[in-house]
Amino acid sequence: MHTFDITLEGLSKMEGHAGLHVKVKNNKVEDVKLMIVENRRFFEQAVQGIDINSAPSLMSRICGTCSIAHEVCSIKSIEHALNILPSEQTVILRNLAMFGLIIRDHALHLGFFSLPDVMGKDSILDFDEKNEKEHKLLHDIFDIKQAGNDLSTLVAGRAVHGIHLLVGGFSAFPSKEKVKEVVGKLKSVREKTLNLVEIFRDWEEKFEAPTEFASLMNDDFSFLNGNVVHAKNEEVTEKEYLKHLHEVVIPYSTSKGYDFEGQVFMVGALSRINQNRKNLHKETRKDVNLSLFPSYNVFHNNLAQAIEIPHSIDSAIELLENTGFRQENPAKPEKNTGEGVGIVEAPRGLLYHYSDIRDGKIVKSKVVVPSSQNQIKMDKDIVLLVESMLPKKGKKDIEWEIEKLIRAYDPCMSCAAHFLKVKWI
Amino acid sequence: MKKAKVGWFSFTCCEDSTIIFTELMNTHYDEWKKIIDIKAARILRKKEDLKDLDISFVEGAIASERDAEKLRKIRENSKILVAIGTCACEGMPSSQRNKFDEKQKKEIRDEVKRFDLLKETLPINKFVKVDEYVEGCPMSEQAFLNVLDKCVKKVR
Repeated sequence: MHTFDITLEGLSKMEGHAGLHVKVKNNKVEDVKLMIVENRRFFEQAVQGIDINSAPSLMSRICGTCSIAHEVCSIKSIEHALNILPSEQTVILRNLAMFGLIIRDHALHLGFFSLPDVMGKDSILDFDEKNEKEHKLLHDIFDIKQAGNDLSTLVAGRAVHGIHLLVGGFSAFPSKEKVKEVVGKLKSVREKTLNLVEIFRDWEEKFEAPTEFASLMNDDFSFLNGNVVHAKNEEVTEKEYLKHLHEVVIPYSTSKGYDFEGQVFMVGALSRINQNRKNLHKETRKDVNLSLFPSYNVFHNNLAQAIEIPHSIDSAIELLENTGFRQENPAKPEKNTGEGVGIVEAPRGLLYHYSDIRDGKIVKSKVVVPSSQNQIKMDKDIVLLVESMLPKKGKKDIEWEIEKLIRAYDPCMSCAAHFLKVKWI
Repeated sequence: MKKAKVGWFSFTCCEDSTIIFTELMNTHYDEWKKIIDIKAARILRKKEDLKDLDISFVEGAIASERDAEKLRKIRENSKILVAIGTCACEGMPSSQRNKFDEKQKKEIRDEVKRFDLLKETLPINKFVKVDEYVEGCPMSEQAFLNVLDKCVKKVR
């Protein structure tokens, strides 16, 4: 009978810092603790008293990699609170900023974090440049990431902590020349992204467990708007979403997470593709095989992310080629007091910002990040995975498999650290 | 010529400069692989080799004694230590709690205690000697490239 402890102090190749402790007694997992090794920065308090026009750029600092999602989500919550109606062009620009984010962030996760697992290597830095396949893959990842970066920079001014995004609109607009240049770059990497889809489709890793899914639903597979749809096609509005989430403690873990009306659920690319794949861009649907979906295999979160890259490229090209961008003043608020909710699909799933505003200043704020919504499922899955490997597999193998599974979720600890309530051990 | 042994470390921050670092790799990888050898960088690999580093890039502010300890260890093992981004250089915005009013301090008091955080979150030069600074939130790409070039020339 196996009795041992697994302690992974610094989980690597993920965004932010986390550790994991698993206690096994007589082939049963007694305890799982996902330890957040990030220190708190207290954004929900820090934003109190801040002017609505400065709040989104502060909230952007919650996370480096998904900063644009936090910024857009914070803006949406403020606009909903004060009845600000963004123009059609603003919505297009925000969609483009989100597409750029999805391309760059997914390519980072797939290329730098997951691809080494596929190739059986520790790091993308260990890819052999003399090996044609590895050399090509490495440089494809760089090129795809750069194209996403260029798209975000075109629209938001920078790929990290965008400077053109405002409450009500934008402060600068893409020029014709730059639009043409970025369209060219997006087209030049499209084929490479399809190759990446094939790699993750061929990867035979499998971990399945029952779950419900939750994601935004809309008819153009946008990351910006829509109602939240969860299991059994129940639809809830942005405003109502939080009422359905319950903070819970799971018996074998000291960490808390959320369930959705008592159900374990998952957010992120796998949820989006499972629920909304029929609305992927028509060009993407022509070139991508979707037959593996719907899927309960957590490793298909990688494949789903890979599919969202060409979708984001095709959608962005269409918007860029069919929009003549013009200077425009930001939409004005109808009032200066109110409360509002914004939800977007961040790369890792549903992101929720709530803002309570008085006299143009934030008085209260709440943020729910994707990684804390996946927390319970992640913990439960680790238990199932470890128990499925006992008693045959040794500690080293189990450790390797756990890290791979956690990476497939693409958790973001910079985000999660500030909102997850995890007991320190 | 031998390559400069480099480490990349993140403390309390949003890791935006780490993202910029990985973005700079898109266009600088071929050049960098000739001049630097990345020995430690959690975002890139599991193995973290702290021994005898030539240049350590440190992002983020220091919020706990545990992190201060790690920072001191990095300093002991590095010829040159570079502060990366506004949190490492100035503390902000990670140190925003230092300026909270009494009401806000009360709201976070339990967590500060529970996670054993320092009284204040501080920039890294409050704990160790810093040789170079790359400011910006996220770090300025050009400033980083200039400092990298300068440091590599020094140690090679």
